[in-house]
Amino acid sequence: MSFTILSALLGHWWRNPLQLITLLAGLALGTALWSGVQAINAEARASYDAAAATLGGGSYGQITAGQGEAIPQATYIGLRRAGWNVSPVIEGKLGTVRLVGIDPLTAPQGVGPLPAGQTADLAAFLSDEGQIYARAETLARLPGTGARGVIADVAPNTAITDIGLAQRLLNRPGQIDRLLVAPEQPLTRRPLAEVASGLSQSAPQQGNDAARLTDSFHLNLTAFGLLSFAVGLFIVHGAVGLAFEQRRQMVRTLRALGAPLRGLIILIALELAVLALLAGAIGVALGYLVAATLLPDVAATLRGLYGAEVSGELALRASWWLSGLAMALGGTAVAAGGALWSLARMPLLASAQPRAWVLARQSRWQVVIAVTLLAVSGALALWGHGLIVGFAMLGAMLIGGALALPPLLALVLRLGGALAKGVLPQWFWADTHQQLPGLSLALMALLLAMAANVGVSTMVSSFRLTFTGFLDQRLASELYVTAKDAAEADVFQAFVKDRTTAVLPILSLTSQIAGFPATIYGARDHATYRDNWRFLRSEPGVWDKLAKGAGVLINEQLFRRAGLDLDADITVAPGLVLPVLGIYGDYGNPVGQVILTEAVFRRTFPTVTALRFGLRLDPAKVDALRMSLHDQLGLPDSAMIDQAAIKALSLSIFERTFAVTTALNILTLAVAGFAIMMSLLTLAAMRLPQLAPVWALGLTRRRLAALELLRAVVLAALTGALALPLGLGLAWALLAVVNVEAFGWRLPMYLFPLDYLRLGGLALLAALLAALWPAWRLSRMPPTQLLGVFRHER
Amino acid sequence: MNVKVLLLLIWLPVQAMAQGFAGLGTAGGNFAQPQPDTVLQFPADHGPHPDYRIEWWYVTANLTGPDGTPYGLQWTLFRSALAPHDGQGWETPQLWMGHAAVTTPQKQFVAEHLARGGIGQAGVEADPFSAWIDDWVLQGANFGKLHMAGSGVDFAYDVGLTAKGPLVLHGQKGYSVKSGSGQASYYYSQPFFKLSGTLTLPEGKVPVTGTAWLDHEWSSQPLAQDQTGWDWFSLSFDRGDKLMGFVLRGAKDYTAATWIGADGTSEALPDGAFSALPLATHSVAGHDMPVDWHVILPKHGIDVRVKALNPDAWMATSVPYWEGPVTVSGSQAGVGYLEMTGYDH
Repeated sequence: MSFTILSALLGHWWRNPLQLITLLAGLALGTALWSGVQAINAEARASYDAAAATLGGGSYGQITAGQGEAIPQATYIGLRRAGWNVSPVIEGKLGTVRLVGIDPLTAPQGVGPLPAGQTADLAAFLSDEGQIYARAETLARLPGTGARGVIADVAPNTAITDIGLAQRLLNRPGQIDRLLVAPEQPLTRRPLAEVASGLSQSAPQQGNDAARLTDSFHLNLTAFGLLSFAVGLFIVHGAVGLAFEQRRQMVRTLRALGAPLRGLIILIALELAVLALLAGAIGVALGYLVAATLLPDVAATLRGLYGAEVSGELALRASWWLSGLAMALGGTAVAAGGALWSLARMPLLASAQPRAWVLARQSRWQVVIAVTLLAVSGALALWGHGLIVGFAMLGAMLIGGALALPPLLALVLRLGGALAKGVLPQWFWADTHQQLPGLSLALMALLLAMAANVGVSTMVSSFRLTFTGFLDQRLASELYVTAKDAAEADVFQAFVKDRTTAVLPILSLTSQIAGFPATIYGARDHATYRDNWRFLRSEPGVWDKLAKGAGVLINEQLFRRAGLDLDADITVAPGLVLPVLGIYGDYGNPVGQVILTEAVFRRTFPTVTALRFGLRLDPAKVDALRMSLHDQLGLPDSAMIDQAAIKALSLSIFERTFAVTTALNILTLAVAGFAIMMSLLTLAAMRLPQLAPVWALGLTRRRLAALELLRAVVLAALTGALALPLGLGLAWALLAVVNVEAFGWRLPMYLFPLDYLRLGGLALLAALLAALWPAWRLSRMPPTQLLGVFRHER
Repeated sequence: MNVKVLLLLIWLPVQAMAQGFAGLGTAGGNFAQPQPDTVLQFPADHGPHPDYRIEWWYVTANLTGPDGTPYGLQWTLFRSALAPHDGQGWETPQLWMGHAAVTTPQKQFVAEHLARGGIGQAGVEADPFSAWIDDWVLQGANFGKLHMAGSGVDFAYDVGLTAKGPLVLHGQKGYSVKSGSGQASYYYSQPFFKLSGTLTLPEGKVPVTGTAWLDHEWSSQPLAQDQTGWDWFSLSFDRGDKLMGFVLRGAKDYTAATWIGADGTSEALPDGAFSALPLATHSVAGHDMPVDWHVILPKHGIDVRVKALNPDAWMATSVPYWEGPVTVSGSQAGVGYLEMTGYDH
């Protein structure tokens, strides 16, 4: 019997293929966006983990010479012979690939490409021609080394080999860049200062550097994935609701024929589960495509913004597609739960079709929840901090706003009814009001999509304005040149001295300031900086004080993270404590910065030489200078970049960063339009008893259809009007809360009314398109069907 | 004989790994092979022999604390060559491994260090004698008076060794046969060291005195294909005599022994003269180890029971084995060291 019932149930989909497609499409789309984002995140995380695992970067303490100097091999041997359980690492660029040399015999467990216990390969690793471990794509990029390439799951763009071979390939015999300190050390170890006084030891980092820095970025993506999935569920809800409405009759008949209710419910649930799995599978496959398409951009963003290497190639992970399927199943359960529940409670002899007005119950609790959520969001904005709290605030604001939509719309519609003159307008308002409960979910989806659009586009556009302004300030030099070593830098400086108005050396080294990773710069006292740089906060006469070495400048990230305001003292290096003179906006990287005047920098870090230079000259002469640097000094083109090119590069990184966001945004809007169409289709069938009398009173089907279209547009317009403040609230939260937490900068908020107008137009168009098909069906409805209402023949 | 080592297997190909200690039975390749009738030259032969595949300097000691507590101590440096030549820098094919251990009646302390040759991190020089890996050393102006130190995360020792007798060459003047089919190594010992120094244990420092036994052995293929491991004994009897004996377990067990008189005279004993039979086993680290033995050497009236001081003297190193101090009772009383390898299965 089950089979008979099942085939009867499935017959519905057979007769309504469009409904089936909608259900599958809605679920598949939601799952695709969600799992696509998850795939990107998983790939990135795997890359960070591979980086950490292959290099032991964060998990071990390290000994370095400070100021980026090499450690002589003899010092390493000295440390070993003094009882230090340390292991040498050398790093350098071979072509474009980062080559890392390790000593597998002393490396702490798990460092290096050889899995523990795989000692067999050790001989090959150490033997004459040696081995280089890297991903296939990295091996392909390596210049010829003579060593055997071995494909291994190491960090992207990184190749690992024996330290002896690495020293040879990098032409740095006897040099070591850092020593990994094993967590377990022998009892007899002598103090570091006694053995090698120039070296300093840093503690292992808590967690993975790249993973920590990029956490916020991935949380961002996840939030968008979840939003898309939620909107997808609105569609599923619409489709399932419609299907259930239309099948009430069939269910009643089946039960009258003796099919047990429990069996029916189970079969329907089973049917939905199968559909969910099918849609989930399609969604996961689509998600893979989405991820594969977006991943190169995301990888480029992460590299540009955070310096984190992420593979551009996507691996299929079981955990990922399983979670995609689970999301599809769970989502369907959520979306269809209500419909199943009401079906289970339907009395056997109930009218096969509910009167639509039964739905029109205004729930007071919805208002209460909406107000509570909005209040919570406000409270979080005022008193909360942290990225998670930021997103919680966003979530509360969006859900609260969405829940508040139906009561607000009801209010407006009641007002419209009160103001309406004449029978037809009054009927129009009343009927619209009456339809509201059936449409409210779809309208909420539209509200969320529009608010997200307004919010994100405001954020991105504000960011773009700020960022381009920042680039103009910051990239004042006409040409930037990088020398390959100190000798070339000297020759170069002498060469350009008379050909430019100024040569500004860029001195830098990476360090830790107040416990945060930071870059320390040495800046020459020059008008270029005075004229162009703008401060968020500064002391009077900041440049003069800086030039005298009376303090430092820091970027906004350091100011926010370490809580270092003006006048706060900063330990720049052992024995050098200086106050903060100014805080500048820095939208180029997430890491802290400290700027010293050149003289202080050179005195404090005498071993750091400038290899990068900014050149000031007549813009018209830039090309000629490039040419002569290339021809006469032999500088490669890759070592010179002009202002326009570097700006274009920065902007392209910027665009890529938000390309993903924009794409997700547009997709959510499309999905919301879909949800409206499904809701209208659902309602259309239920509304016949309301429409038939109006038709019988003389309103043509064509006019009724036109009124349907108008209604959709009015509702969309009202929703859009309410979405605007919500979207602006979202933009504010993104700029003032999430951005500060994620990137360490707070951006000024700009408004873009034309963009909002265009978006509103788009939303109206979407609603119009969504209503078009139901309206067209109404205009073509056979009069017999409308007459049937009066014969109770539905 | 300290055939021990073979740990070196770590560095042999995977098939050898699969065979555990039996990997020592694989072919010697282009490496030099021990030849009978070679005359060992000292002090030169105290140093390394890079053209042989494996080599070790192995010190074990039986010690006593001020309260009479017995202790065992081990200091070992292994050399393993990937190719039969020496060289400077990272490119040298010579690899080094050190093991240090202290055994108390209750506890076993173990440490392992690995190093590349050619960069100064580990090595051996013959004269003045110096063997080292990291901060572990065995060195002195001459071979008769050595300073020895080793350490781990939770223990350390620093002791002095003074030779009270001559070197002892095993087999035919140092050419020690290891199987019926002719596998052999060069093998000599200094079994007459007096030792005094300090152990550092979690409880604190312990002054100790006792006797130590040094082995130096090198070869390229010391085991036959069918041999899977060995049981090695170095026993010092209270009367002053000493006995080195081993059983190589294979299709047919192969035994050899050296009887060392109190005056330093030695006598090599042929296959079968020496025998050792397990009396009881003890489960340690998942292996059933015979830690109680019946050892017989009829020619010299030896019929003794050899029992582990601490049955848990397991060396949890890259290639694990059992090595620890023993007590001797029966026809003679005394102390000694026992090493057991190849019990992985």
